[in-house]
Amino acid sequence: MNWTATFTLLSKEVTRWRKVWMQTVLAPVVTALLYLLVFGHVLEGRVEVFPGVSYTAFLIPGLLMMTVIQNAFANTSSSLIQSKVMGSIVFILLPPFSAFEMFLAYIGAAILRGLAVGVGVFLLAIFYVQVPVENFFVIMAFAILGSYVMGALGLIAGMWAEKFDQIAAFQSFLIVPLTFLSGVFYSIKSLPPIWYQLSKANPFFYMIDGFRYGFFGQSDQPVLLSLGVMLVATAVLTIICVNMLKSGYKLRDA
Amino acid sequence: MNKNDQAQPAISLRGVSKRYGDLQALSDVSFDIKKGEFFGLLGPNGAGKSTLISALAGLLKLNHGSISILGADVEKDYRQARLNLGVVPQEIVMDPFFTVRETLQFQSGYFGLRNNDVWIDELLEQLGLSDKADANMRKLSGGMKRRVLIAQALVHKPQVLVLDEPTAGVDVELRQSMWRFVRRLHREGHTIVLTTHYLEEAEELCDRIAIINKGQLLALETKEDLLARGLGSKLLVKAKNTIKLIPDEYRERIARHEGNEIELTIHRDSDSVMDILDNLRAASIDIDYVSVLSDSLEDVFVRMTGNTEVSQIESNEVQA
Repeated sequence: MNWTATFTLLSKEVTRWRKVWMQTVLAPVVTALLYLLVFGHVLEGRVEVFPGVSYTAFLIPGLLMMTVIQNAFANTSSSLIQSKVMGSIVFILLPPFSAFEMFLAYIGAAILRGLAVGVGVFLLAIFYVQVPVENFFVIMAFAILGSYVMGALGLIAGMWAEKFDQIAAFQSFLIVPLTFLSGVFYSIKSLPPIWYQLSKANPFFYMIDGFRYGFFGQSDQPVLLSLGVMLVATAVLTIICVNMLKSGYKLRDA
Repeated sequence: MNKNDQAQPAISLRGVSKRYGDLQALSDVSFDIKKGEFFGLLGPNGAGKSTLISALAGLLKLNHGSISILGADVEKDYRQARLNLGVVPQEIVMDPFFTVRETLQFQSGYFGLRNNDVWIDELLEQLGLSDKADANMRKLSGGMKRRVLIAQALVHKPQVLVLDEPTAGVDVELRQSMWRFVRRLHREGHTIVLTTHYLEEAEELCDRIAIINKGQLLALETKEDLLARGLGSKLLVKAKNTIKLIPDEYRERIARHEGNEIELTIHRDSDSVMDILDNLRAASIDIDYVSVLSDSLEDVFVRMTGNTEVSQIESNEVQA
């Protein structure tokens, strides 16, 4: 394991999103706050999802996690597709990286961007409404695992795509629908039975549900089940990504 | 360095083949490049040069064969092979987010080198980039970006340096300073592999030259042997008066005929210059001046690859 190389690639990826922080951090924070203001204003007092929890407070963890995971996905996918299209991927392919080293660096940067955006949303949101923190470690575990899983999905999308619009399609037709239908804005218990069952098959639901448990100590599904789903997804995606990187899928021989 | 080290080639290719669909990009290519050589790899567009360089750099997977860099197999021992090799890509590519110094520091770290600033500063100075160290890559001219590419290839001090068309689109001053620097690296013991469209550059710089076409190795010889391949030269004859009548036996050998000058293609081994001159005199040509023009590398290249567009490409590029 070459830690210097891995840390350098991680550092380069973090520097990349830090240099364009208005686009990569500030813009998603503002978007999340707009959702919070609009949905909070319209639905506050009309919907009670968890007993004793206001709708706006219920909304915050969902919006926070949605922003975290969408940005983790955007970080790896945009970095890879940009460097593939511009040809600068050669600077990563020529050095003696192992597939696992590359994977760790890209995922690490995705997690850090996800957390940076998440902290930004949280710090601004708590000025608007008080949100309890039931278990900080659960919150962090789901934020990190969620970013990890979405960073890995972004890596797969970035390797597969050859054009920017393919990444946009991946995002619009897969990531956004699965996120919006994962209980960000509602409890899946309020859904008709068929939609309830379908929502339980959506892995993104477990990211949001487990994360929300960390705030309120209540969730639609047992938190250990959500944690288990996340750990399985993490392991499966790690194996897929490392093997794709090792084979050079659409990177070498392109 | 012991005897085995010296005998070990810098680059060794054995039965290298690569196919893309119906296109056989490389076909059973085998040769060695010795340590410390200045080696030229020539071929027309689409000959397989870039495929070969990509294979050296581990950027593609071979269908057959093996490649090693200083004894390290590019697939099985890829870490050591890549540490041994620096590649300057043909395309000008860059990461637009970073400054020149950041670009070199990151590239250095990718090879496991921390605190490499002394060497980075030396590279910046040698390549005339010191005053651009903190400039964003986007702000640099094309020539400057190419210098950064060279610095990136050298940042981990590789023993073998591959330059893929490094002077394409580069102005004369930069080209000369680049060659001064590369010559210095060669003198210091680096093995240099060069592909270029400018055949006079290969003729001037390279010790040995390989010519490939359609994925096959056509020739691999020292520059001198390649030039003296027995394929001939030209005989320039200047007459005192306009040359009107040329003996029939030489009509098919006329390379140029303008007024009182004629150039005939001759074969170094089978033609006698004295006999030709006697026959021309017998045809009433009053000879004033005679010169034998040796083949240039370009002549040899064109003859071997059948690529008559080379001269045109070169002159266009020089004007550009």
